[in-house]
Amino acid sequence: MNVLYFAWVRERIGLPRERVETNATTVAALVEELRAREDRYAAAFSDLSALRVALDQELSDFDASLDGVREVAFFPPMTGG
Amino acid sequence: MRVSVQEEIFDLGVEAETFAQANNGSGAIVTFTGIVRDADQGGLVAMEIEHYPGMTLKALTEIAQTAKDRWSLGDALVIHRYGRLELGEQIMMVATASRHRKDAFEAAEYLMDYLKSRAPFWKKEILHDGAADWVASKDEDEDALTRW
Repeated sequence: MNVLYFAWVRERIGLPRERVETNATTVAALVEELRAREDRYAAAFSDLSALRVALDQELSDFDASLDGVREVAFFPPMTGG
Repeated sequence: MRVSVQEEIFDLGVEAETFAQANNGSGAIVTFTGIVRDADQGGLVAMEIEHYPGMTLKALTEIAQTAKDRWSLGDALVIHRYGRLELGEQIMMVATASRHRKDAFEAAEYLMDYLKSRAPFWKKEILHDGAADWVASKDEDEDALTRW
């Protein structure tokens, strides 16, 4: 699936997006896989309360299923307006 | 209803006037504009606004449509910019048209509250010495949603 990163999450990981092959069934399980990869991922995902997630461009949560999801995006709380 | 996500600056006067003319039967027009400012007096020179292109227009359209369904609105306008915005430039604007002042004001406030916390934009402040920092979300912005 495509995994996208925005704002300081993108800066910490050093990528705006990447293709991730995973068998994770939930967002939380995907986060665990990413954390285990490298320090920069562990740093980006160290505090989930500071992160938000969107699945196929709809806000979701970390317990959500990844069944049928094509695009996962991680980012800090939004600061529009 | 018009929703625009754009890099270019917009002409506030032209947008407000065009919206008012198109809705001159409504009786009440409210507009709000957000401007890049140096909130902490820390020497801010610009703001860089990042967004999530695939999601932004959809999220803004949903927010505007909800406002239209919830209040008696004849029309609504949302313009939000991204990219590098210099100090004093307009970041965004909303406009609402209604037969009733209360609906126009409340819907505009609703739009602003949701744009702040539910539209996928992230602001970075650029200071004169080159330092740059992401703007943190505020608990009060999230709390503001509970009143709706």
